[in-house]
Amino acid sequence: MGIILAVFSGFVLALVTPWTTRATGRASGWIYSVVPAGITVYLATRVAGVAAGETTRVAYPWVPGLNVDLSFYVDGLSLFFALLITGIGTLIFIYAGAYLRGHHHLGRFFSYLSMFMAAMVGLVLADNLFTFYIFFELTSFASFVLIGFNHDEAASRRAAWQALLVTKAGGLALLVGFLLMEQVTGTLQISAILETGDAIREHGFYTAIVLLVIAGAFTKSAQFPFYFWLPNAMQAPTPVSAYLHSATMVKAGIYVLARFHPVLAGPDLWIWLVGGIGALTMLLSAWLALQYTDMKGILAYTTIMALGLLTMLLGLGTETALKACLVFVLVHAFYKAGLFMVAGAIDHSVHERDVTKLGGLRAAMPATFGAAVVAGLSMAGIPLLFGFVGKELIYEATLHFEPAMVLFTAAALLANVALVASAGLLVIRPFMGATNQLTAHAHRPDVGLWIGPAVLAVLSLGLGLAPWLLDVPILAPALSALMGMETAPYLAIWHGFNAALGLSAVTIALGVATYMAWEPIRTSAPFRSLERWLGTGLDNGYDHAIDGLLALARAQTDILQNGYLRRYLATILVTTVVAVGYGFGYYGFEGPVLSFVNVASYEWVLSVLIVGGASGTLFLQDRVALVTSLGITGFGIALVYLMYGAPDLAMTQFLVETLTVILFVLVLAALPALNEAASIGHRLRDGAIALAVGGMVTTLLLAVLHQPFNNRMGSFYQEFSYSEAQGRNIVNTILVDFRALDTLGEIVVLLIAGFGIYTLLRLKRTPAATADRSSVSTPTIEQVSS
Amino acid sequence: METLLAFVIGALVAISVYLLQRRDLVRMVIGIVILSNAVNLLLFTAGRLTRAEAALISVGATLPPEGSANPLSQALILTAIVIGFGLLAFSLVLVYRTYRSLGTLDAQALMEWEFKE
Repeated sequence: MGIILAVFSGFVLALVTPWTTRATGRASGWIYSVVPAGITVYLATRVAGVAAGETTRVAYPWVPGLNVDLSFYVDGLSLFFALLITGIGTLIFIYAGAYLRGHHHLGRFFSYLSMFMAAMVGLVLADNLFTFYIFFELTSFASFVLIGFNHDEAASRRAAWQALLVTKAGGLALLVGFLLMEQVTGTLQISAILETGDAIREHGFYTAIVLLVIAGAFTKSAQFPFYFWLPNAMQAPTPVSAYLHSATMVKAGIYVLARFHPVLAGPDLWIWLVGGIGALTMLLSAWLALQYTDMKGILAYTTIMALGLLTMLLGLGTETALKACLVFVLVHAFYKAGLFMVAGAIDHSVHERDVTKLGGLRAAMPATFGAAVVAGLSMAGIPLLFGFVGKELIYEATLHFEPAMVLFTAAALLANVALVASAGLLVIRPFMGATNQLTAHAHRPDVGLWIGPAVLAVLSLGLGLAPWLLDVPILAPALSALMGMETAPYLAIWHGFNAALGLSAVTIALGVATYMAWEPIRTSAPFRSLERWLGTGLDNGYDHAIDGLLALARAQTDILQNGYLRRYLATILVTTVVAVGYGFGYYGFEGPVLSFVNVASYEWVLSVLIVGGASGTLFLQDRVALVTSLGITGFGIALVYLMYGAPDLAMTQFLVETLTVILFVLVLAALPALNEAASIGHRLRDGAIALAVGGMVTTLLLAVLHQPFNNRMGSFYQEFSYSEAQGRNIVNTILVDFRALDTLGEIVVLLIAGFGIYTLLRLKRTPAATADRSSVSTPTIEQVSS
Repeated sequence: METLLAFVIGALVAISVYLLQRRDLVRMVIGIVILSNAVNLLLFTAGRLTRAEAALISVGATLPPEGSANPLSQALILTAIVIGFGLLAFSLVLVYRTYRSLGTLDAQALMEWEFKE
């Protein structure tokens, strides 16, 4: 029950905030943060139990027929992520309240933010593939509305669309991957799938499943070549960037890879695709970050770098790598959310985020400055901070990855060098140096704007000094779930003088050098072209893809839905003829022997009359002749009914045919003749289609007639017409007794048609129509080519 | 006769398809009439023909004579004829109304009218 509450209280809050924010006013952030804080506390009470090895599963039937349960599963890994989401969420709620104070859509903003948090918690706790997928999509949707929060700006709208399309496309791939997983394992329950061991790895679908799941994870977690949406998503208000696009939502892809790691990881495909793309993303984005001067731009690309790093570690898959992955998730969330909030606070204070224009803010914003320094040091991996522990583990992992030790270590080293430089840019540039015109009048930020970064700084510092606090309660259960076996990891600040420590030193030295040489590096031609190709270049590629898609849709609409009835008819009929023709070609045609020997002479006469009458309507111009010709067909058919034991049909047909002729004569008297000047080419084409359809119907009917006739329904009525319905006319008993409701429906349809006709006849002529009448009314119009 | 009717029906369908592709709305409506006649005949033939007896039970009997006509297809067709007439009447009045309001019976001109609006 508690779990359900933990997931759904966020949704309830989302429903409430639009109405209550007017009342909560300036304190909104503090008041609403009670919900994420409460969930965090509740989840924290589960930590001890989970650390002792217990897992909880709750399930409620949702769509029982499809085995879809609303089920949740608390184990080390899901609890690890859930705590992160609600914990950071609490700080973000407080921060957002201060950041957007007085915004006229504050209630709406908190509604979206709560919806996102609930969806994210639901995602990590979900234990059913469909539940998982639905929450996964909900986070994409929440991201969409939050990126587009400033919906009056075109850039925001575009960024929101882009993020939505990219992540939803990946989500669809993920769904297919899930369905294949269900095919292989026979269950939708994630905790059961995790027990299946090598079942998926040994199945023929393995490659497809891995590719599809990776497509979902890579789009969500902004891996190469999909990462272009994430920098654009910085259009969102800063609390959103800090929360969704750095600390939590983009980690949903990482969570997907981690959740299914025990059953998917291992084979070369996984190692090289996940590890390789992760390393590539990490390296590219770390250096792309140095191309930007906007703090949020730098933060966006270093976030992609962190996601690439996490992906790479999941690809390597060794125990050290996975441990490094989990630790770095925390490290990154703490410093990156902190730095985002710092950037937002600066923006809030001086309305500028360009690091080349900022400076000397330390005096005006002391608390923010302190938090930024700790976060920056953690980001750079300086000893005694949590980031150092993380970076040591990363080097440990790459150094012990035998197949490609040098490659991955070099990539990690180069990426971390750029990261150190970025940390310098984000902390030293804005706060140190002299104040300038812009920063001289910075006002002291509100407590809500620095409390979040401050708490995170305490965590970065505290866990840097005492990382072993995480060992038993958090890390061990999460790592065990990630590896699918029991482990007892430990963290330490000092591993002795080893290769990793040496690499750390090299990293810092090179990073400082890179920071010093930032301006020349940023403006150098190779780095410029790197940004042009892989930064804005990928973004433009997205535009081209979308434009191409729209052009394709337009072209297809122009062909298929051009408004010409005959074009629609031709499309539908030709498709049918081709499909039926293919059927006959594939299965062969079995028809009766075409023999007309026992056709009586009057039957020939009748057939000629029917077809002849109908043919007359093709070329007769005179309207009376036309109607007469049509009448011959109808009366001929009535005679056929009469000859073959259907007196009721014949009678009705005679009546209806008479009425039809009368109606036509009445109406046609008021209408002019239209001389259609269709070209011979059009006539031939229409004629060919007509003959093809007619031929198809004849062939089908001959094939049907050749089959034995099973008239179970007809015999039923014959047998029971008298005993059940007390009627001697079987056709009548069917209509008014056995199928009386259908007949009632039919009468209603006729009634409605009658009303329609009456209304149409009584309708007044519209003045506009009369005025324009002369311009449209041309008796002969050249057949427009269609 | 069933084989012959198959060809008759095919011919009717071909004629109606040709008419449905014309620009003259009146001919289009005629195409609808012929098509519904053709389909009725198709149902009738597919329900098998018998030259013998109608589907009637004579006084004193409780079952129809052996080999009497199939009542099911007849019931279906009876419904279809009536509904077909409803459709025809409505379409014809609609065509008439269109002409009174817009002054044309040309599907092409109507399209241009629609785009001009």
